[in-house]
Amino acid sequence: MAKRIDVSGLNAYYGSFLAVEDISMTVEPRSVTAFIGPSGCGKSTFLRTLNRMHEVTPGGRVEGKVLLDDENLYGAGIDPVAVRREVGMVFQRPNPFPTMSVYDNVAAGLRLNGKYKKAQLDEIVEKSLKGANLWNEVKDRLNKPGSGLSGGQQQRLCIARAIAVEPKVLLMDEPCSALDPISTLAIEDLIGELKERFTIVIVTHNMQQAARVSDRTAFFNLAAVGQPGKLIEIDDTERIFSNPSVQATEDYISGRFG
Amino acid sequence: MSNATLSDKRPSSLKGATLPKWFAWAVAAGSVALGLGISAAAGLDSSIQWALIAAALFVIGSYGISARVEGRRQAKDRIATSLIWVAFLLAVIPLASLIYETIKRGVKVLDGYFLSHSMGVVSDTEPGGGIYHALLGTLEQVGIATVISVPIGVLTAIYLVEYGRGKLSRAITFFVDVMTGIPSIVAGLFILSLWIVILGMGYSGFAGSMALSILMLPVVVRSTEEMLKLVPNELREASLALGVPKWRTILKVVLPTSIGGITTGVMLAVARITGETAPLLLLVWVTNFINSNPFKDPQGSLPVYIYLQFANSGGLGPAYDRAWAAALVLIAFIMILNLVARGIARWKAPKTGR
Repeated sequence: MAKRIDVSGLNAYYGSFLAVEDISMTVEPRSVTAFIGPSGCGKSTFLRTLNRMHEVTPGGRVEGKVLLDDENLYGAGIDPVAVRREVGMVFQRPNPFPTMSVYDNVAAGLRLNGKYKKAQLDEIVEKSLKGANLWNEVKDRLNKPGSGLSGGQQQRLCIARAIAVEPKVLLMDEPCSALDPISTLAIEDLIGELKERFTIVIVTHNMQQAARVSDRTAFFNLAAVGQPGKLIEIDDTERIFSNPSVQATEDYISGRFG
Repeated sequence: MSNATLSDKRPSSLKGATLPKWFAWAVAAGSVALGLGISAAAGLDSSIQWALIAAALFVIGSYGISARVEGRRQAKDRIATSLIWVAFLLAVIPLASLIYETIKRGVKVLDGYFLSHSMGVVSDTEPGGGIYHALLGTLEQVGIATVISVPIGVLTAIYLVEYGRGKLSRAITFFVDVMTGIPSIVAGLFILSLWIVILGMGYSGFAGSMALSILMLPVVVRSTEEMLKLVPNELREASLALGVPKWRTILKVVLPTSIGGITTGVMLAVARITGETAPLLLLVWVTNFINSNPFKDPQGSLPVYIYLQFANSGGLGPAYDRAWAAALVLIAFIMILNLVARGIARWKAPKTGR
């Protein structure tokens, strides 16, 4: 079910500004890959190129190739809507749909994409909420508004909503930065479980988090403000945190810079 | 520290002298009494004059006393507060007096008979008759105008907010702004020349509706645009990231989130055109008989009814009373629309669930 991502020679622009330059990397299926690096180095921008959300921003433009199991996401005739069904996304701030109940939020991706029978939806909603470790907390209030949950619950609701459509890859853009340590722990545990089924890419500012949850870590950096962000290195997480091959990575991780 | 050498002007305690809560009321009562006294002594008989004197005394008095007791900052706070209160009262007085006068004069002939009969066989000088023909005409004309302008307006706003980039959307925004400023008589003349003079159609409620929809359209576009802009971009992205096409995102996420505000905007636009008189006089003309077909022949309408009844009354008599009663019905209709809009906005507002 999970798919491999192969990126080669990718440039991302905002208008004429080159935000991310010449990135090539491979993301293995059923693994967690963490992106770390200073603010503004293009981690989030690069993440958003992986499900064609970058071009939603006015002026957003991408060059290069992103292969999802040998299919180029930026090839001719590729429908971005279909890409986003394969590659789901969880955002930095929890953003449940305010007009919908907990149940409707989880079912939103399915309902908005086609017709499902009630029993089928019930089953998928329960499975997704259980998958997001939220079922026990919300099973008695499925018809209450989703925005009434706490921040951590809302974020897990958003994860449930993302996995309900059964994507192959799950992108997470700093999913814990707005949450307290307990909720963060809940989501990190969840990431560990989800990687059995999905390919996960997570952007984080928290180095301990990257070390805890990820199998591989990619370090991004930029030469100066106004310069494009670049991939410095990608390697097994253990190696990045113990013995990185580039000096800049070690400086960043040990806190001597950035 | 270098600060230590500077003399510290701050008081040692955080607690300053404060005037009691009844202070503002006491100053208000005092300045009203003083205002009345001054105008009586000077022989002024207009109530506006003593009210203005009292207002000025209130602002000056509360500043002076407060500056002496509490200090300059609190005094400035009080002067700002009292200026806002004076401005509020100045704004409310005309509204309150308008409603009071209209109700007082309007209830004389307002009853079920008045609402359910036309002026068909009643001459202006006779008592009796009613506004049924005008009420029906107004409801039909405003209804048709709403049906024309709401879809166009909402779709235009969706284009401007969700899709529009570059020259076309800038041009549309500009022309919507220009349309906002069109005087109603000009909209009426435009439809008159196009529909009645060039195309040779007769007077009808529909011709009036077209002019009204020209007036309504920019209001709908503007208010819908503002409401759509309030929808957080995160919600659109969340929906797109689920693989939902853009049009379904707009239909199922953006519009439901903002539907309360859009409804309020539409209702306010309806309220704005319901009182329009000039284009109806040009395009719908008048009749004292019931004409329920808005597409053929002149119809009645409330604003024109009020105008004609008043114009033919000479300031007293049954027609004069009918004009006030019809004005009361018109105001009540608009107020009910506003209340309905508020109800819908509250009902449809995104729920917090707490």
